[in-house]
Amino acid sequence: MFKKTIDWLDERFNIQPLFEFMSHKEVPVHKHSLWYYMGGVAMILFVVQAMTGMLLLLYYQPGVDSAYESIRFITTKVSFGWLFRSVHSWSANLMVFFVFVHMFSAFFTRTYAKPRELTWVTGAVLFLLAMVFGFSGYLLPWNELAFFATKVGTDIAGAVPIIGEPIKVLLRGGDSVTGATLSRFYAFHIALLPAIFTVMLFLHLLFVQRQGMHEPEFFKELPTEKKRMMPFFPNFILRDVLLWGVILNILLYLAVFFPWELGVKADAFAPAPEGIRPEWYFMFMFQSLKLLPAHFLIMEGEVFGILFFGIGGLVWFSVPFWDVYIKESIRPKVLKWFGIIVIIFILIMTAWGYLV
Amino acid sequence: MKRLIMSIFCIHLAIIFMAATALGQEKSRFDKNDQCVICHKDLEAMPENFEESDIHMQKGLSCAGCHGGDSTSDDEEVAKRKGSGFIGVPKGKAIIEMCGKCHSDIAFMRQYQPRIATDQVQQYAKSFHGQKLAKGDTKVATCASCHMAHSIFPAIDPRSTIYSLNIPETCHKCHSDEEYMKEYNIPTNQYDKYVKSVHGIALLEKQDTGAPACNDCHGNHGAMPPGISSIGHICGTCHVNNQAYFSKSKMAIEFEEADLHACEECHGNHEIQKTHDDMVGTGETSTCVECHDEGESAYETAEKIHTELIGLVTAFNSANVLLKKIERVGMDDLDMSYAVKDAKQRLLSARTLVHTFDADRVKVKTDEGLEFAKKALAFGKEELDELDFRRFGFGIATFFMTIVLVALYFKIKDMERDE
Repeated sequence: MFKKTIDWLDERFNIQPLFEFMSHKEVPVHKHSLWYYMGGVAMILFVVQAMTGMLLLLYYQPGVDSAYESIRFITTKVSFGWLFRSVHSWSANLMVFFVFVHMFSAFFTRTYAKPRELTWVTGAVLFLLAMVFGFSGYLLPWNELAFFATKVGTDIAGAVPIIGEPIKVLLRGGDSVTGATLSRFYAFHIALLPAIFTVMLFLHLLFVQRQGMHEPEFFKELPTEKKRMMPFFPNFILRDVLLWGVILNILLYLAVFFPWELGVKADAFAPAPEGIRPEWYFMFMFQSLKLLPAHFLIMEGEVFGILFFGIGGLVWFSVPFWDVYIKESIRPKVLKWFGIIVIIFILIMTAWGYLV
Repeated sequence: MKRLIMSIFCIHLAIIFMAATALGQEKSRFDKNDQCVICHKDLEAMPENFEESDIHMQKGLSCAGCHGGDSTSDDEEVAKRKGSGFIGVPKGKAIIEMCGKCHSDIAFMRQYQPRIATDQVQQYAKSFHGQKLAKGDTKVATCASCHMAHSIFPAIDPRSTIYSLNIPETCHKCHSDEEYMKEYNIPTNQYDKYVKSVHGIALLEKQDTGAPACNDCHGNHGAMPPGISSIGHICGTCHVNNQAYFSKSKMAIEFEEADLHACEECHGNHEIQKTHDDMVGTGETSTCVECHDEGESAYETAEKIHTELIGLVTAFNSANVLLKKIERVGMDDLDMSYAVKDAKQRLLSARTLVHTFDADRVKVKTDEGLEFAKKALAFGKEELDELDFRRFGFGIATFFMTIVLVALYFKIKDMERDE
């Protein structure tokens, strides 16, 4: 039956060359092979996001008077609503986590280098989109913490010189966080972002498939007979599936034993509660901005912080285009320490944000 | 965050600016050519506590408005000459007359506030202070004792000595002074007791301006100790239902016959403490046993009421603890929380019904409350069962997933061995 279907399709679309290509695709086997799986994990979590998100859409109603109530309804009255909502929230966080891991593993193994610059760039866009996904989704339950965190977050965006204010108004749909903001974030979260994300993901995967898996320097230098390779189909894919199974089980465990809290409904007129904080993946930036003095050098501390992260992000994401200017003999060392400093900075600021 | 702090800072700055502007506007009505102020300032002889933002100053009523005299002359002799109406520093009855001159005249006062009360002097005359003053006792409080003489603000102004949060301190100045109050033979520990009371804590510690200060029970201009017949009404102005139940109870008649002070007998006066369920019943902390002995029907009633209340409290607490657990584990707490709220409402009603001294009426409410508490516990149990089911389901799913994943693992190993 399967063969008949393939033949039917082949007769019409000539898909045999695609199978040929796939059957010859191989994945290098070495001490860093584990990192090859991280992208796949992030991808399967995106699939989980899309599926649970679609189910949540059946009941979710954006609006100041209905968002919180509809999520409460989903988690309390809808069959398995509690599961889909918790899985959606946990999966979002795990996805961002694995995107971070995937990005840093790609950085340290220098997979971004020529000819994979565009794979890195599409990955960078996916990383940023994942962050925006998180930011927009955080407000949708319209609870107190999310409301004030969005207020603070959009205020920070508003501090960007020149373009900040229009961006803030665009994000909020007005001067302050209101139902209009919720509607916008909803539209971003369920339409705009998924569309751009899917296109970017397709390009990212296309580049990976077209160029094959990256081989680290030490692996490239091995004689051909010593290079261990694994067929992409079915070996690597089956290993991927195995890991996905483990991740999905962890996701289920988290959803059942640590259901995602709904919190208290947002009240625009209530005083800001204590402990307002963004999602953990924004914490390092949030904490850094908090620590900056009111004035730094010739500008406001906040503006300095935003410029610092803006330029820092640009430097980080354009690494394939400037690392070639570093002397080849010291390049790996310089980049390794650059990456380590970035990780230490993120970890310290995040821990500081939660502990202080 | 910094932006938020900056915004708050800016808002405060704006408020301070606006307030300063407003004050500036108020002050602008003060005549800067007033010779009384000019000379007394030069001589550093301004009265103690003089405030330029005093309400009279704001309205353009300067020194001469109360003390008389000619404020346009810089010559003291001319300013205070006979015929200028100069009265100097008024004392005792003169203060009442001086203030009353304007404050009892609605035709004059309505230009400032159309609905302002003008019966203060009339009330004062009926007060304990006023009666004593009429008999020649100049130690008693007059207008300036409470309102001050030169820093008078409206009662809603937090700077005012008669602002609700400041009233206990204002009364305390005289009433806690043992030496000063000696000849009146009344206690001087009211303030010390009040600050420890449920009302004092609410007003002074929690800054709840809705809590009663001295004047809410004793009155202000017509201040008097509340009498036996009026004390229930005084408490009843806030504790409406308690007073309504009590006044219709047989105890109200018995209290009146025995010259007992309604609410005060059980709850005290200045040192009223937060009530608790053991105040009723036959235990050591019960107020019922102060009058009733074992064998009396009232003693049994007290015991019954206490049993009913404690039964509902126990059931309510169990339901509440379970509700917290249900919330913690992320289960559906909606129906349960409504049932717990209903049980709490019945408990509050039952506690209020204690003032009927009717065990049957209390029981009706506690039975209703028990029903809601039971319902809440049943909802809670359902949710816990559902939680167990979810965890069991997770266990089953994990079991099958593990089998599949282990099989897959061996399949991969097998496949790679063949290669």
